[in-house]
Amino acid sequence: MNSKKVIEKKQLEIIIDRLCYELIENHGDFSNTAIIGLQPRGIYLSRRIHDRISEIVKRKNILYGELDISFYRDDFRRGKEQIIPSEMNIDFTVQDKKIVIVDDVLYTGRSIRAALDALTDFGRPVKVELLVLVDRRYSRHLPIQPDYVGISVDTRANDKVKVEWKENAKQDLVHIITNSK
Amino acid sequence: MDIFSQRHLLGIKNITENDIELVFDTADNFKTVINRPIKKVPSLRDVTVANIFFENSTRTRISFELAQKRLSADVVNFSAAASSVTKGETLIDTVKNILAMKVDMVVMRHPAPGAHIFLSKHIDAQIINAGDGTHEHPTQALLDAYSIREKLGSVKGKKIAIIGDITHSRVALSNIFCLQKLGAEVMVCGPATLIPKYISSLGVKVEYDLMKALNWCDAANMLRIQLERQDIKYFPSLREYSMLYGLDKERLDALEKDILIMHPGPINRGVEITSDVADSKHSIILDQVENGVAIRMAVMYLLAGQN
Repeated sequence: MNSKKVIEKKQLEIIIDRLCYELIENHGDFSNTAIIGLQPRGIYLSRRIHDRISEIVKRKNILYGELDISFYRDDFRRGKEQIIPSEMNIDFTVQDKKIVIVDDVLYTGRSIRAALDALTDFGRPVKVELLVLVDRRYSRHLPIQPDYVGISVDTRANDKVKVEWKENAKQDLVHIITNSK
Repeated sequence: MDIFSQRHLLGIKNITENDIELVFDTADNFKTVINRPIKKVPSLRDVTVANIFFENSTRTRISFELAQKRLSADVVNFSAAASSVTKGETLIDTVKNILAMKVDMVVMRHPAPGAHIFLSKHIDAQIINAGDGTHEHPTQALLDAYSIREKLGSVKGKKIAIIGDITHSRVALSNIFCLQKLGAEVMVCGPATLIPKYISSLGVKVEYDLMKALNWCDAANMLRIQLERQDIKYFPSLREYSMLYGLDKERLDALEKDILIMHPGPINRGVEITSDVADSKHSIILDQVENGVAIRMAVMYLLAGQN
């Protein structure tokens, strides 16, 4: 088993800054845009992005939510493990708003498919975009592509992309774990 | 957090504290679901549930059915009165025939204590107990404890009095197991004839004076007198019961502190509780009903997710 570091602390700060400026370029002062992090692992990135954008555009009330997709997953009753839901926190309607979905890793695209379904149960957004920290290229099961990408990586199916955050693992680090057989 | 440990929900006695907490946390999610404009999720769209009721029910049956529909499950309803049970079919035959039509989960109410345990040994589907005689009513206990947690912050360390017909109440037994597993102190109160002789061996306090029980507790769960299960007279008259054990405004006002008033329904207004108390701000009876749907969604979601 091999572990290769892809993003470290300093680089992560730069990437998050860049992603924030890209978002601001398209969404201005975020008066009609909401940032929604995907539970359970996308929320660390979405919280940082929300904080950083609030800082840059100097607005405190940018709409922010965290979406749990457990009830919409297509592997419920089909996987080996029980799917235990995480906390859901969206206290606004998404009707006629622009939504930026934030997740850490985009792999098969199935989580995002579930997120799109979940989101429409909160109303009809005018536009939905996708931001991911790591895009695992050429591994999609569904026609889903990100609008904002931190870093693109080429991986094999039995590799693992692990994203660690100071908040849950004491350090900011993205690494790829390769099973060399 | 760990996963749900049981394949069926037969009673609170069989599940762990972790299972209960897991149901509560999952119910939190479903409570947000049922309070938004689109009150439905697709999780159980490939699950068929049979609601089999050998005893009458309004709240529990509607609550289960709503929970199933909000999880997108397919539902078939069966009530014994309008079925072949009256022609002499046995329980196993009835259920096996329903399962032959490809049913994944059975929600059953039955007058015989232990009917679910018996059934779980003979059939392949997952079983949820919606009340078995005077034994257990697990989803009611879960929603009662969940409502207490919601109103008082937690169940641990709280004092809960269960008042009324303890002998004939499945709600009482499930509540005792559930509240104790969550770390609450439990007292039962009622006329001596309606309190089982050895109930203190479960670790509950026993009190025969209503005012003492009310002054002790943080929440009082008022139970209905189950006349349909009483084959002999346990007290001289309903009027006398009501005078000694009925909760009215006067008694509530005489207490030194505010307490929560709960009732599993159906209420016999003027017997165990007067209308002004049942409709007062202390009463969380309708919150219990609302929470019932979220709790039942959580239970079915966690069980269905095991396949």
